[in-house]
Amino acid sequence: MSELLQFLFSGVTVGAVYALVALGFTIIYNASDVVNFAQGEFVMLGGMITWFAHQAGIPLPVAAFLAISITAAIGVAMNKLAIEPARGAPIVSLIIITIGASIFLQGAAQLVFDKQIHDFPAFSGDAPIRVGGATILPQSLWVIGGALAVFVGLWIFFTRTLLGRAVLATSNNRLAAQLVGINTNFVMTLSFALSAGIGALAGVLATPITLTAYNVGIAFALKGFAGAMLGGMGNPKGALVGGFLIGLIEALTAGYLSSQYKDAAAFVVILLVLFVRPQGLFGRKSTDRV
Amino acid sequence: MLEVEGLRSRYGRIEVLHGVDLKVSQGEIVTVVGANGAGKTTLLRCLSGVQPVSGGRISFQGQPLTGVPAWKRPARGLTQSPEGRQIFGNLTVEENLRLGAWNFKDERVGKDMEDAFQMFPILREKRNLAAGGLSGGQQQMLAMARALMGRPACLLLDEPSMGLAPIIVQQIFDVVESLRGRGVTVLLVEQNAFGALRIADRGYVMENGRIAMQGAAAELIADPRIREAYLGI
Ligand SMILES: Nc1ncnc2c1ncn2[C@@H]1O[C@H](COP(=O)(O)OP(=O)(O)O)[C@@H](O)[C@H]1O
Ligand SMILES: [Mg+2]
Repeated sequence: MSELLQFLFSGVTVGAVYALVALGFTIIYNASDVVNFAQGEFVMLGGMITWFAHQAGIPLPVAAFLAISITAAIGVAMNKLAIEPARGAPIVSLIIITIGASIFLQGAAQLVFDKQIHDFPAFSGDAPIRVGGATILPQSLWVIGGALAVFVGLWIFFTRTLLGRAVLATSNNRLAAQLVGINTNFVMTLSFALSAGIGALAGVLATPITLTAYNVGIAFALKGFAGAMLGGMGNPKGALVGGFLIGLIEALTAGYLSSQYKDAAAFVVILLVLFVRPQGLFGRKSTDRV
Repeated sequence: MLEVEGLRSRYGRIEVLHGVDLKVSQGEIVTVVGANGAGKTTLLRCLSGVQPVSGGRISFQGQPLTGVPAWKRPARGLTQSPEGRQIFGNLTVEENLRLGAWNFKDERVGKDMEDAFQMFPILREKRNLAAGGLSGGQQQMLAMARALMGRPACLLLDEPSMGLAPIIVQQIFDVVESLRGRGVTVLLVEQNAFGALRIADRGYVMENGRIAMQGAAAELIADPRIREAYLGI
């Protein structure tokens, strides 16, 4: 019993990271229908820049803030330099561009930083908290709290603010969005900034547990993508639930089968979703697009 | 209010507007009629800035629109209800209307929405439903109401009657005519030449990217060539 609880704790912890990545996918997808496979690199950058700044003597909270800001700026640059010029190209081409950007960011991180594995101290110490025969790290609570807070923030943004609706309107009908006066390029810039910032936040929160290195991005991207698919692409609630579910499935697979199959779990989920329920758990059937 | 001179536009290498001249004065309802493919939609797309212009000039309220991006034009008083409605299908009727007033945050937004509901009562009934679920006629009403929420000095309407039942067409033309009383200038593009000319002050006939004829609406309706070519009489 306590063994199961332990697996669940670790599943919820990584699941929260995947949920944050999935939420990042959701924002850019909502604004542009593009699945941004560089999303995982934002997580990597969040962790790596924080580590770099921290070991250079900058206090951790400031380092984290810097990392999130710089990553958001990198997201904006990626949109301006790689996505915006290709506007009008088929979605598949844009997705391939994001894969290219992902490879580029990984290479750049390897050059600017190094190839080593890094971490920085947990925010509230390393003393495990005992709950019902199992233990959970204080940092896990930070990660879970971060995912929930971002979800609530995004939910309010998309359903309660005019700017959030403008993002949805832009994805639904870019022409009509322009005709009512929405600066659709700004909406894209904003989406990339938000999405990259949230990815970086995931890296900042997770690194004390998962560690970081120049090449951790791909795994985060794939699992976050699996979470977003499972929940229903474009739906923040789906991203949250899907991300947590992927984390749990992974932890239970590792616990009861073998940790060798852990990474396969996300792939199996992607395939199952594609075959059984392409719109995901919370997704609408393909909406009318004009 | 709106002046177009020698306007040219192309899709890729194919020019579809070959120098269009057109003028709309304050308070007028002006219609551009013409067969499918004549270039009417392209003209309105140029006016709204969502289509590149390759020659000529457009000025609105005395100022050139050259180089003004599409998203800044509604704030200048130029809004459009585009061909094919182009409503935000995944948002509610009310959200569509609210976004129509994107540039505004004052109390008048609520008042304008109330006006829109009075103009098209069916939209009030459906205000909380996803706009994608509306019928074609209702979507057309929503597209027009959304464009009016932007407080246009000049409203561009692209084929509001397309594909609709005669009774709905009548309702929509009645609303367009009523805009005269609200001080909104209208440029109405239509294939339904008879319906459009009946409510317009002046009309232009567009053929293959050029203005082929122009004049007072009443004269155009009476013109034998137009009666034969466009009114089927
Ligand atoms: N997106 C497009 N790409 C290429 N050609 C187009 C496009 N849209 C319209 N055209 C062409 O431009 C011409 C004018 O079209 P349009 O402005 O839509 O006419 P109308 O609105 O009067 O029916 C037509 O010959 C049409 O085939
Ligand atoms: Mg047309």
